[in-house]
Amino acid sequence: MGWLRPMEMVGGKFLHWLEEAGELLLLFLQSVLWMMRPPFRLQLLFKQMEFVGVGSLGVTILTGAFTGGVFALQSYHGFSLFGAESLVGSTVALALTRELGPVLTSLMVTGRAGSAMAAELGTMRVTEQIDALYVMAVNPVQYLVVPRILASVAMLPVLTIIADFVGIVGAYVVGVGLLGINHGIFISKIIEYMDFSDISMGLVKAAFFGLILSLVGCFKGFYTSGGAEGVGRATTRAVVLGSVLILASDYVLTAMMF
Amino acid sequence: MSETGNIIELKDVYKSFGAQQVLKGLNLGIPRGQTTVIIGRSGGGKSVMLKHMIGLIKPNQGEVLVDGINIVRMSDHQLNGVRRRFGMLFQEAALFDSMNVQDNVAFPLREHTKLPERQVLNLVSEKLGMVGLPGVEHKMPSELSGGMRKRVGLARAIALEPEIILYDEPTTGLDPPLSAAINRLIAETQQKLGVTSVVISHDIEGAFLVGQNIAMLYQGKIIAQGSPQEIRDSSDEVVQQFIHGRAEGPIEVI
Ligand SMILES: Nc1ncnc2c1ncn2[C@@H]1O[C@H](COP(=O)(O)OP(=O)(O)OP(=O)(O)O)[C@@H](O)[C@H]1O
Ligand SMILES: [Mg+2]
Repeated sequence: MGWLRPMEMVGGKFLHWLEEAGELLLLFLQSVLWMMRPPFRLQLLFKQMEFVGVGSLGVTILTGAFTGGVFALQSYHGFSLFGAESLVGSTVALALTRELGPVLTSLMVTGRAGSAMAAELGTMRVTEQIDALYVMAVNPVQYLVVPRILASVAMLPVLTIIADFVGIVGAYVVGVGLLGINHGIFISKIIEYMDFSDISMGLVKAAFFGLILSLVGCFKGFYTSGGAEGVGRATTRAVVLGSVLILASDYVLTAMMF
Repeated sequence: MSETGNIIELKDVYKSFGAQQVLKGLNLGIPRGQTTVIIGRSGGGKSVMLKHMIGLIKPNQGEVLVDGINIVRMSDHQLNGVRRRFGMLFQEAALFDSMNVQDNVAFPLREHTKLPERQVLNLVSEKLGMVGLPGVEHKMPSELSGGMRKRVGLARAIALEPEIILYDEPTTGLDPPLSAAINRLIAETQQKLGVTSVVISHDIEGAFLVGQNIAMLYQGKIIAQGSPQEIRDSSDEVVQQFIHGRAEGPIEVI
């Protein structure tokens, strides 16, 4: 029955994927449950907010600035073909607030913080530190996972706002400063075409992506097995799965919201 | 209260990892207020058995009773109540590597008592003194030797003065005088506070010294249990070969 082999492989992969999705959902439900039970560990939450938020500030600003700048450059070349240079500012602003700000920020934070979550929890798993928490009657989901999820959900919108703003500044520097678009037109077109809802929807996305990257990072770390190699594998997979889920859910969220 | 006077009971416990069967119908009672030493081969499943007692590993089949109550199907939330009565020293200490020694030992005190910080720190110094490590409060676990880490783990396990303490090889990797001191500490803790202790040990002499009760795990079962004298006098050849450390006998060594 050799011809069945490819189907078995596909089926096996699918089952494995389904199982993993179930486990991920279960960890999410557990986190929600433990989130609502005292004690509320504010100190751990602030520490994670600092790590996810303050720690990602630099990379967020760089990403925003260059994305805004490059986008202005590219769209200027396109728009100048039919004399629509005045729309560069509003195009960049809309793309950033609705799409690029939340997505690129989340991808960068996945690489930086999601991976770190997987590595840290993974190490704690293979060195029995997670078991030690259980033994000392401290639930590791509450102690480790909940603060990371809450911090990410809270900080991603903040980082996204910053990326949006810096990106528009970047576009302004390139568009007005280098390419000579009129300052007044650049600004007024942004105000004319951009709604508050463009920004707020982008922030809702960002919060959701924050949930995904932290949940996936914690999930991969929490269920690590197999020593140092296992920790490495967990870290890589956290970044890959986190990024894929962010991009896929971005489509779904966009279709639903706009 | 369990009628038999056993605070912990494992009943007909089976556990396998994949195809590997580790525990095969294990029965063991841990008498209240005494020290029970578990001996057995390396890789024989002693640590796995110990983790069953505190609900870290769930059996495939069988019961784990703590004070007569089966903990196997308890949720993590329910288990927290049971686990608060325990202290455990892990074989590899399992210290939190992001915290210094002081915060490690203080961890259970801060989590489960409302003691003022000054008193917590006093207790931490006291426990560190008891395991022969005064003044290491501000070192990180990575800066300690293996034996020191183990003793910090021991200080953490006894910090809350729990009713039941599980020790996974407390003296392995310590020099002989230090091993003797730790054995004395275990015996004293048991006598002073009346705690129930379960000690895994490869140190047969020490086992006979601290244990009122010795149990031998072999091929997934407890094959002998009794007082040190009863174990010494056992007619079981496996037990005799093991406690005398002989290469020849029914245990296939290599
Ligand atoms: N989490 C696990 N996953 C898979 N196999 C495991 C796991 N934990 C233990 N084992 C296996 O169970 C067996 C018993 O392990 P255990 O750690 O209980 O041995 P031990 O008696 O404590 O040995 P030692 O004296 O060397 O510490 C080993 O063969 C080990 O490979
Ligand atoms: Mg062991």
